[in-house]
Amino acid sequence: MLATLLQQGTPFVRPEVDWHAFAPELVLVGAIVAVLLVDLFTPESSRGVVPQVAGIGLLASLVPVLTLAVDGTDRAMFGGAYAVDNFALVLKVLFVLAAYVVVLLSTNYIAEGDYHEGEYYFLVLSSTLGMTLMASARDLISIFIALELLSIPAYMLAGWRKRDPRSNEAGVKYFLMGVFASGIMLYGMSLLYGLSGSTLLAEVGATLAASDAEPILVLGVLFVLIGFAFKVSAVPFHTWAPDTYEGAPTPITAFLAVSSKAAGFVALLQLALIAFPGRDDVVEPFFWVLAALTMTVGNLIALRQTNIVRMLAYSGIAQAGYIMAPLAVMGSNPGGALRSIVTYLLIYAATNLGAFAVVIAVARKTRSAEISSWGGLFEYAPVLTVAMTVFLFSLAGIPPLGGWLGKFVIFRALVQPDLTAAGVALAVVVGVNSVIALYYYANVAREMWMKPVPDGDRTAVRVPFSISAALAMTVVVTLIFGVSNLATRFGDLASFL
Amino acid sequence: MDNNQFLTDWGLSLMVFLPLAGALVMMLIPKADEGAHKLVALVTSLASAAFGLAILLDFDYDRAGELQFVVDRSWIEVISSRYQLGVDGLALPLVALTLLITPLVIIYSFQHLPEPRNPKAFLILILVLHTGMLGSFVAQDLILFFVFFEVVLLPMYFMIGVWGGEERQYASIKFFVYTFFGSALMLVSFVALFFLTGAETFSMTGLAEEVASRNAAGTLALSTQVLVFGGMFIGFGIKVPMFPFHTWLPDAHTQAPTQGSVILAAVLLKLGTYGFIRIALGILPEAAVEWAPWIGLLAVIGIIYGALGCLAQTDMKRLIAFSSVAHMGFVMLGISTLTDFGLNAAVFGSVAHGLITGMLFFVAGSVKERYHTLEIRRLGGLLLKAPRLGWILGFVSMASLGLPGLAGFWGEVPAILAAYNPGAGLPEEVFRVYMVVAAVGTVLAAGYLLWLYQRTSFGTPTEEFADVEIPDVSSYEWVAWLPLLVLILVLGAYPHLLFQVSDPAMTALGDVFAALGK
Repeated sequence: MLATLLQQGTPFVRPEVDWHAFAPELVLVGAIVAVLLVDLFTPESSRGVVPQVAGIGLLASLVPVLTLAVDGTDRAMFGGAYAVDNFALVLKVLFVLAAYVVVLLSTNYIAEGDYHEGEYYFLVLSSTLGMTLMASARDLISIFIALELLSIPAYMLAGWRKRDPRSNEAGVKYFLMGVFASGIMLYGMSLLYGLSGSTLLAEVGATLAASDAEPILVLGVLFVLIGFAFKVSAVPFHTWAPDTYEGAPTPITAFLAVSSKAAGFVALLQLALIAFPGRDDVVEPFFWVLAALTMTVGNLIALRQTNIVRMLAYSGIAQAGYIMAPLAVMGSNPGGALRSIVTYLLIYAATNLGAFAVVIAVARKTRSAEISSWGGLFEYAPVLTVAMTVFLFSLAGIPPLGGWLGKFVIFRALVQPDLTAAGVALAVVVGVNSVIALYYYANVAREMWMKPVPDGDRTAVRVPFSISAALAMTVVVTLIFGVSNLATRFGDLASFL
Repeated sequence: MDNNQFLTDWGLSLMVFLPLAGALVMMLIPKADEGAHKLVALVTSLASAAFGLAILLDFDYDRAGELQFVVDRSWIEVISSRYQLGVDGLALPLVALTLLITPLVIIYSFQHLPEPRNPKAFLILILVLHTGMLGSFVAQDLILFFVFFEVVLLPMYFMIGVWGGEERQYASIKFFVYTFFGSALMLVSFVALFFLTGAETFSMTGLAEEVASRNAAGTLALSTQVLVFGGMFIGFGIKVPMFPFHTWLPDAHTQAPTQGSVILAAVLLKLGTYGFIRIALGILPEAAVEWAPWIGLLAVIGIIYGALGCLAQTDMKRLIAFSSVAHMGFVMLGISTLTDFGLNAAVFGSVAHGLITGMLFFVAGSVKERYHTLEIRRLGGLLLKAPRLGWILGFVSMASLGLPGLAGFWGEVPAILAAYNPGAGLPEEVFRVYMVVAAVGTVLAAGYLLWLYQRTSFGTPTEEFADVEIPDVSSYEWVAWLPLLVLILVLGAYPHLLFQVSDPAMTALGDVFAALGK
């Protein structure tokens, strides 16, 4: 019986596997195993090596990325479901380095918090593995697998401080919203598969462009996009973000706000530009409204925040609005949209990780994330203050700090093609929002520089080495991005079109 | 005559970035070592000035109308922006002014450091400001200009907000948001210009040529140019500041520490007038003709409004701040005539205002330090208490009201005269009305400055201060002030010194407008 069935089917052919193309992920898998083993076989007292193993593993995975970059040929596997091109490589570097910074930020936080260290880094690395896969996923199924691989560890990490009810809330909220979004997205994907009979993004794209199955097609496209709109915390799908950010361990907040969000954008870019390029009539208005809403609502609510993490959460929502803005004109200028978004993501990652690093460092002393507890920081922690000032005004987009260049390329992508009314109008919305945002960023700066120390305690903040290293990296990168063509070069490189 | 090769390649860049390098060095020096900070700050600002001086000496004054020491390297190719620097007869006086003011401010800070002191941070901010200001004047690429223009914002925000007076937080955020709003619009204009002309460059001269050729071919609608000019108008107008965008200025000036006020008045406001001449007028001459009557109108409103504002002030520093609004009105009036005569007056007025008002703020700062108040009715008898300080205040007040023979005169009177005969087919009657109004403004200026001088310096000291020892001008103050006082006198007696530098550049621009008027 079984034999006859097997004979009827096509014989199984082992797909060609390009091991070189898979090498970065394989190294990461090795690092994940190493972290677990080290945790298992080292005594409780020397668990400090776990984060080092994780960090070294992450950096080691950059080696094959570099060899692939030097090699320079675009590789595709599994019939095009998995691609390794410049776009994938640039973003893999981003994800790995961001995870490395997160590991640096976690080192003391987790060790001193008496949390389960081995498992923690295991989950961070697993989630990062999901992100590096996402950068290569060019198929509905591989996108879904990558998404779940990066999300499920993140749900657990958000609830890591299990003795704190707010952290529990953070984990549960994030989990429920995330699963809900996955459900919607899967439903959309099933519709797309039903229409096109393929899960390959390129083939889906070819079918959709020619299809006139209006309601089903529109539903499928929108559901898939909405699923990722949750991931990047776009308004009105953002409600989980502030609570989750506030309750999660702060290094994980940084991880969610930067890496996880960037992964969501990577998926959105691949879907919008490979699977839906022919349907910009559906995608463009969706992103126009989503972008305008996201930046405006995010900024207006950020104005009223008194907690720095919540403020950064809402500022991150607003930034997501800027990042997705070019997708609203992607039909006439797909290359420009792609390049500007990748450029912005790079700059945003460096700046935002740095901001969270300062938050973590300051909280070591103040034990608080209230903005008012930052009063007079300049008097007793001038270096941290200057670093935070750099990050805040980079986020605000003041030259010569990195953020301005990101805003500029977004502007440029919006007005570039032929000065369409929609693009120019959205550019104006971005401009007005930048001025609003300046106010709350400057407000934190004012607290640090101009207000008195709230409790008169001027003892210095003790910054551990790993956080100092993370700060040094992010400050330098933020400054260099602002005055050089580095970020735009990477943005230019990372094109799959 | 060709410029020195080394100076051409490196001179401007070194001049601009040496202060920044000094700031980086200072970051590594511990905070407690105040002497080292002061030394590094002074040395780097002087080193920067030395390169400036070398450029000043090597500058070919026969070719002052064209850019010299041009540097053109690739920068951010993706956005077609290049690292382009250069100076001509328009930029050179302002660069020289900046190079003079900053070391003097640093010297002044040796002795007078506002609370909460912290010379390390304070001097680092001044050096960063210095780089931003110098860079703005020599950048020949709009994006590079924009970056330098914004570099100035943050240090000034912190300088006002941390070292300022009672209302410092309000004043600093107001300054910041106002200027940022203006620069956002300005940037939109720059980008629009880039796409509308299709020039694929942000180079100022490149864009100007492209706009000119498109105008000749009639492929760029005048209405669009007028809109783009409008964005720049608001950006630079806020910086100048022009009425009605001036409201940030009295707060910022009054609350800023003395050093901040001096730099604001002497240099930052000039970024606005410089931007008007170089960028707005230089790139979009046809739109400038459309806007000129309105610029002139706002300028004369500013003159009268600023003067009336001065008459109503009870605080010496606030009075000087309002006088800035009036004086910048004269500068803008000169610009709005679109003649080489008026433009030269504007350049001269910018420099003269920098020297004179900078000096006035220095004096106000020193008075504040001695009396701990600037309320005019509580002062009095300064000439008795501290005669040298009193005489200096008198001298600078005279210069400020435009007394012939001192620098202020050569900014105001030519601007008024130029309004008699505006260029480029501008409405003569209207500008002649402006001329009369501006002339009334000079009378008001004499009024409020003499009144200020009379109330603060003449008579006997008020009871409150009758027995208080008021020290006279200190040696640090002499060092910081003498160059300014001498220059006010020299430029007043021999204005040709400055006019000969600016004239070729301004004549070239004036010729553009003269051709348009035909």
